[in-house]
Amino acid sequence: MKTTNTQTTVNAARTIAVALVGNPNTGKSTLFTALAGVRQRVGNYPGVTVEKKVGRANLSGRAVDLIDLPGTYSLAPRSPDEMVTVDVLLGRQAGTPRPDAVLCVVDASNLERNLYLVSQALDLGLPTVVVLTMVDLAEGRGIRIDVARLESQLGVPVVAVAAHRRMGLDPLRAALLKSILGGRRESVTPFPPEFQREVGDLHTRLTSRNGQTPRFLVERLLLDTSGYIENDLLSADDRATREALSAARSRLAEAGQPVPAVEAIARYGWAANVLNGVVTREASESASLSDRLDRVLCNKVVGVLIFVALMFVMFQSIFTWAAPAMNGIDGVKERLVAWIEGANGQPLMQAGPLRSLITSGVIEGVGGVLIFLPQILILFTFIAVLEDCGYMARAAYLMDKLMAPIGLSGKSFIPLLSSFACAIPGVMAARVIENRRDRLLTILVAPLMSCSARLPVYTLLIAAFIPDTRVAGIFGLQGATMFAMYAIGIVAAVFVTIALRGTILKGETPPFVMELPSYKVPSLRVVVSRVLDRGWAFVRRAGTLIFAVMVLVWAAAYYPRLDDDASRRLAAERETLEAKIVALEEAGEQESPDYAAVSERRDDIANHLSGEQVRHSYLGRAGQWIEPMVEPLGWDWRIGCAAIASFPAREVVVGTMGVLYDLGTEEDEESPSLREKLRTATWDGTDRKVFGVPVALSIMVFFALCCQCAATLAVIKRETNSWRWPAFTFFYMTSLAYVAALATYQIAIRVVAG
Amino acid sequence: MSVLSDLPIGRLARVLSVAGTDGVGVRLLEMGLIPGVEIRLLGTAPLGDPLEFELRGYRLSLRRSEAARVEVQVDAAQAEEATG
Repeated sequence: MKTTNTQTTVNAARTIAVALVGNPNTGKSTLFTALAGVRQRVGNYPGVTVEKKVGRANLSGRAVDLIDLPGTYSLAPRSPDEMVTVDVLLGRQAGTPRPDAVLCVVDASNLERNLYLVSQALDLGLPTVVVLTMVDLAEGRGIRIDVARLESQLGVPVVAVAAHRRMGLDPLRAALLKSILGGRRESVTPFPPEFQREVGDLHTRLTSRNGQTPRFLVERLLLDTSGYIENDLLSADDRATREALSAARSRLAEAGQPVPAVEAIARYGWAANVLNGVVTREASESASLSDRLDRVLCNKVVGVLIFVALMFVMFQSIFTWAAPAMNGIDGVKERLVAWIEGANGQPLMQAGPLRSLITSGVIEGVGGVLIFLPQILILFTFIAVLEDCGYMARAAYLMDKLMAPIGLSGKSFIPLLSSFACAIPGVMAARVIENRRDRLLTILVAPLMSCSARLPVYTLLIAAFIPDTRVAGIFGLQGATMFAMYAIGIVAAVFVTIALRGTILKGETPPFVMELPSYKVPSLRVVVSRVLDRGWAFVRRAGTLIFAVMVLVWAAAYYPRLDDDASRRLAAERETLEAKIVALEEAGEQESPDYAAVSERRDDIANHLSGEQVRHSYLGRAGQWIEPMVEPLGWDWRIGCAAIASFPAREVVVGTMGVLYDLGTEEDEESPSLREKLRTATWDGTDRKVFGVPVALSIMVFFALCCQCAATLAVIKRETNSWRWPAFTFFYMTSLAYVAALATYQIAIRVVAG
Repeated sequence: MSVLSDLPIGRLARVLSVAGTDGVGVRLLEMGLIPGVEIRLLGTAPLGDPLEFELRGYRLSLRRSEAARVEVQVDAAQAEEATG
């Protein structure tokens, strides 16, 4: 429900709201953090993928809601995502307070182009304060700005700040409070009289038909030839207004003021007047340094080598630097479980549903969330540094040509590359892509990149079933199979991207018209705050979902409890054996052959019982139920069951297969006993072998393409602000995986037989 | 008269017009490519596309297809200098 823009005065009781607007790369988020601190509420605007960020700032004792709007070059919406910014500014966005003032963040080193957005903001008629950032950078490049003169020619307060060093914030707060208390100001419009007359006529017409309509929107209606504002503002049957609109546009074209060029010409003309005598430039070392650096970093040979080296280091570090931290998290998890189960002494809790919930549900769930943090933090440290020093835009510039043939831009490269380590940070990195369609496409295909969680599955099956021979004398067959698994994901991603672009994500190719900011030394404060922000957002907003799924899957494998005669007999036998072990231990006979035989029998029973329990559980029943469906892939029900159990995370499949083949949970992909067991496993009630090369291939292909990763789906939900896209991702990837695994198996058995 | 994508590296030109009123056309205008503004090609990406330009004191990246929409007039004095 949208509310119309009504005039209200600022009274003492109400919280003041201030909106932050600015071009990308102007340090807007840094200013936001400097003013609001860590007291931020992050969410999404309903129905769109735009992040809603509101913070609480303090202006001389008055609380202010600070609304951080996405970085943009212009307030000319052509999509729902871009419309949010305008709706917030006009007070039409439900659930967001109508701003009492606008803070317009402006890059001092690029004043002229930034004033375009300032001109649009001044059109809104709200109290406005212009914040100059990067003044030090501009001065280093020989650009001097006469702030007092700029202020008098703009007609609104101008304050220079260095937010990352906390400088200029107090004058800014004072100027902001003063403007707010000054109330609404006349909007400033740079448009020629012919244009203003047409806007006036349309405004009168719309206000009489639809009630009060902000004049700013009427301006946009006249300027936007894409039809977006027209459909947003006019009812479908309002033919008269549509005709009046196109007549107005024709009159303007005849008068030499064609839409949409009239806006750029008017606003840049205005900017030139405002800047008259404000900026002085002199040749400087650092300006030419940035340009010289650019020539090297974008060079055909050196630039490419530097880029490849950077990407290699980034990619390697996500893998290798994260590994110790991830092992640490696993270690803590195991020690906690051991402590609770009393592996070295008295158990803290007796065996039962509650203990199982805590050890296999809660601890696994929390661990399953935290395990992603090292990779997220490392990747976002790289991204934050690259963004803040200005290289991120160059990375997109360098890779654009490579991505363009499949309809993506260079901005998709880093998110997709990171997804080879893990799709979670990869999907989160896609937020650097401003265009909604490109961002969605990138998010939807990112999970097809073979991430590190697929490695255990590949390693186990390749080592067990792919002969270690050479093909064509040079390639090892095992290595070639591993390579094929990575290749199949990339090939699938190319086709899926092309298919989606032609179907559900149609639309014009987004422009690659992008600023290449000048290089600067990254600020530690900016980098740290951005990295912590992303890490915290993941834990809080995706973590809860991942945790919930983990607990659900635990319950599915735990219930209903197995309680038949055979298992009761085995449980009783196990207890007898346990007593015998204790007796032997007390007699100091740990080395005796009797002790070894008894403990082996005890372990076999325990493994068999936990296997029986899973087979009996809802999960096991689901596995048996889907056996007809997975049989064409060459799978028996246990493989199907392991595939279902691996929904929270692919790597679980190895452990689950261990349990289902009665080896206990301690098996990993390097375990010879699991390999051996798989080689000898037979279909229930027959002596036909389950596994062979075709089945191993079909399982690997399935896991290469499927989306058995609750965390990825949770992050997609969080990033797209809708359940539709994770549901779609799961459905299309599972279908793709099924069909590809089916084809692989059916072809492979014929090749093996023939 | 020529288009921006044909500009030799380092040559200064003046924008005459931008073709198209779709998203790309509007974005080009918003970024300051309006009639009369001076623009210079600084270089190309390693694979030959996109291109890097300088205008209004900042650096802008455009794909060849986008630059081809911008009609420019090569600065007369400079062109003479280059040929003479």
